[in-house]
Amino acid sequence: MEAAEIDFKPLETKTITVSMGPQHPATHGVLRLVLELDGETVVKCTPYVGYLHRGIEKLSENRTYLQIIPLTDRLDYISSMSNNIGYCVAVEKLVGIEAPPRAKFIRTMVGEMSRISSHLLWLATHALDIGAMTVFLYAFREREVLLDLFERLCGARLTVSYPRIGGVRNDIPDQEWLDVLKKFTDEFPDRMKEYETLIDQNRIWLKRTKGIGVIGVEEAINWGLSGATLRGSGTDYDIRKYMPYDAYDQVEFEVPVGKECDVYDRYRCRMIELLQANQIIRQCIEKLPEGPILADERKFVLPAKDEVLGDMEHLIHHFVLVAKGPKTPVGELYVSTEVPKGELGFYIVSDGTGKPYRMHVRAPSFVHASVLGRLSVGHMVADVIANIGTIDIVLGECDR
Amino acid sequence: MGAIDTLLLIVGVVIKLVVVFAVAMLHVAYATYFERKVIAHMQIRLGPMEVGWHGLLQPIADGVKLLFKEDVIPAKADRYVFMIAPMICFFAATSSLVVFPFFEGFNLGPYHVGGALANINIGLLFVLAMSSLGAYGVVMAGWASNSKYAFLGGLRSSAQVISYEISLGLSLVGVMMLAGSLNLTDIVHAQERAGMWNFIPQFLGFSIFCIAALAETNRTPFDLPEAESELVAGYFTEYTGFRFALFFLAEYMGMLIMAALGTVCFLGGWNPIPGLEKIIPGGVWWFLVKVYTLFFMYYWVRTTLPRYRYDQLMSLGWKVMIPIALANIFLTGLWKVYFA
Repeated sequence: MEAAEIDFKPLETKTITVSMGPQHPATHGVLRLVLELDGETVVKCTPYVGYLHRGIEKLSENRTYLQIIPLTDRLDYISSMSNNIGYCVAVEKLVGIEAPPRAKFIRTMVGEMSRISSHLLWLATHALDIGAMTVFLYAFREREVLLDLFERLCGARLTVSYPRIGGVRNDIPDQEWLDVLKKFTDEFPDRMKEYETLIDQNRIWLKRTKGIGVIGVEEAINWGLSGATLRGSGTDYDIRKYMPYDAYDQVEFEVPVGKECDVYDRYRCRMIELLQANQIIRQCIEKLPEGPILADERKFVLPAKDEVLGDMEHLIHHFVLVAKGPKTPVGELYVSTEVPKGELGFYIVSDGTGKPYRMHVRAPSFVHASVLGRLSVGHMVADVIANIGTIDIVLGECDR
Repeated sequence: MGAIDTLLLIVGVVIKLVVVFAVAMLHVAYATYFERKVIAHMQIRLGPMEVGWHGLLQPIADGVKLLFKEDVIPAKADRYVFMIAPMICFFAATSSLVVFPFFEGFNLGPYHVGGALANINIGLLFVLAMSSLGAYGVVMAGWASNSKYAFLGGLRSSAQVISYEISLGLSLVGVMMLAGSLNLTDIVHAQERAGMWNFIPQFLGFSIFCIAALAETNRTPFDLPEAESELVAGYFTEYTGFRFALFFLAEYMGMLIMAALGTVCFLGGWNPIPGLEKIIPGGVWWFLVKVYTLFFMYYWVRTTLPRYRYDQLMSLGWKVMIPIALANIFLTGLWKVYFA
């Protein structure tokens, strides 16, 4: 009897494609990742954006410079204060005015409050994604205090629209507001210790974050990373230090830099930044000068209501500003500020009218989303989640 | 044995079955409530407060809600496997209940009512067998859903349950050696005789058991099969309504079984804490106290720890837990030979 011929073929393995998102608990909004998986290992990771596109850049072309401020709220809705400030700084530079010192300090202060609130949300979701559930609720407890302060300051908790071109909308309500903030800054370092007790030296946390998402210094710069994502990757680039705006040249703070360039270092960087932001707020409270909160520039700054009602000239200014917008010099400029997510840049092309001819927003989240594929390849599915956390993106800003 | 005796036996068994099942289900339902409350208070919030006094009726409301939900079966799913999978999980988890001795047993007239429904000699083996049977339900659910998330969840779960079952089984070998029996009632009696609960001489075994029990029941930090942030809900992503409830009940029943197993094998079963027997004599209440203490540990761990990654979980299971469990068996053997 003849032995049957058996055709031995090597077993084939196929990669599977998983569409993660746009509806997924861990993609921080409506990010869609198309993952190609070999078992649990990521072979390819392609981010798709645009599910939250609202055309903010295009909308801006039909709004006066004053009307754009509420649109910038909707970029990174976690830290709308910082976006407002970034936009106002850009327009101030365009028209060549400067905010009075008190306004600068208030802006710095609320900007850092917004940084803390944004970083707390990052910490909460990053930890939750990696499975540490309690940190999530602890971080929200502190964030609540800040949002309450925002509410008392300007009436809104998230979409604040508080800064104005040439200053801020209104002064700090009363001394009590500052006292509450002072108390918060006193307590905050202790709260930080609570988070760190839970995760900082936790062996599972270290295992999940060390050596994950490593990107070299040079490569990080080439990818256009910014903010804590870049600093955690070994570069000390911080716009607050290199090109100070508002009152950042008058406060002292350190810029943390990571060494290992992995998820853990970026986590440490943000944690230190939280404490530094807390320090900046304390300095701002101490140094807060007296004085006006809006620049005395009638061509660009809306006059107060009683002035409008009592004075012809102010009425005319008000009418022109609201109807036509401020008159701006022709030209284009790019101004960037350090928002919690990274470098938020406003590129404004002005044709001399009250509306920008073109406004481009350099959104850090958009740039960071692009690096996700690079960070995730070769790691496992669980690390993709850690990487989404480490680049700290908000899709409102990414899609604009 | 007369016909009346046979009839009485059957009636007795049915009554015991109904009582044990009903009481266990009630405990499972309130284990979810207990979990939500414990976790809530650890996380500075209140937990369920709306339904009933301090949310006490919440588990019942949840059950009723799930019962009335539409039972969706995805069009591309393998219909029958999809339908059977949750039943296997639930059946496997629940059937372990029959061998547990909840109390010592008492005499009711001429009849002896045993603490366990079925006082069988391979009780421990039966529990392990049934808990590994549950993995089939998970794999079938993951496969039949025809969803990639469910599939990955099912794969993860099967790999995890198989690896951790080994260390779970090995951690209990020491207990078997000390008791010289697989009968759960005998194991408790052996601890009584020794005057020392097994978690003291078997502390290595107990630690391994606790960790493996977490993995076996898919709890944090080993909750990868249903890792919300990665796989949405893992193998039961596609399940709704009462089929989902069956998985959910099976998971909590699994926790109950593991806690009961820990109580019987390491914590002296129904026996009171030494020194307290005068105040509160041994009985089912002590059993429950120990089970709920272990439940509390589950919840405590859940609020504290992040989640392992799949490969880390595997290397922990194979490279750390199994060697330690084997060493524990060796040490127990030495102890038995030279000291006992």
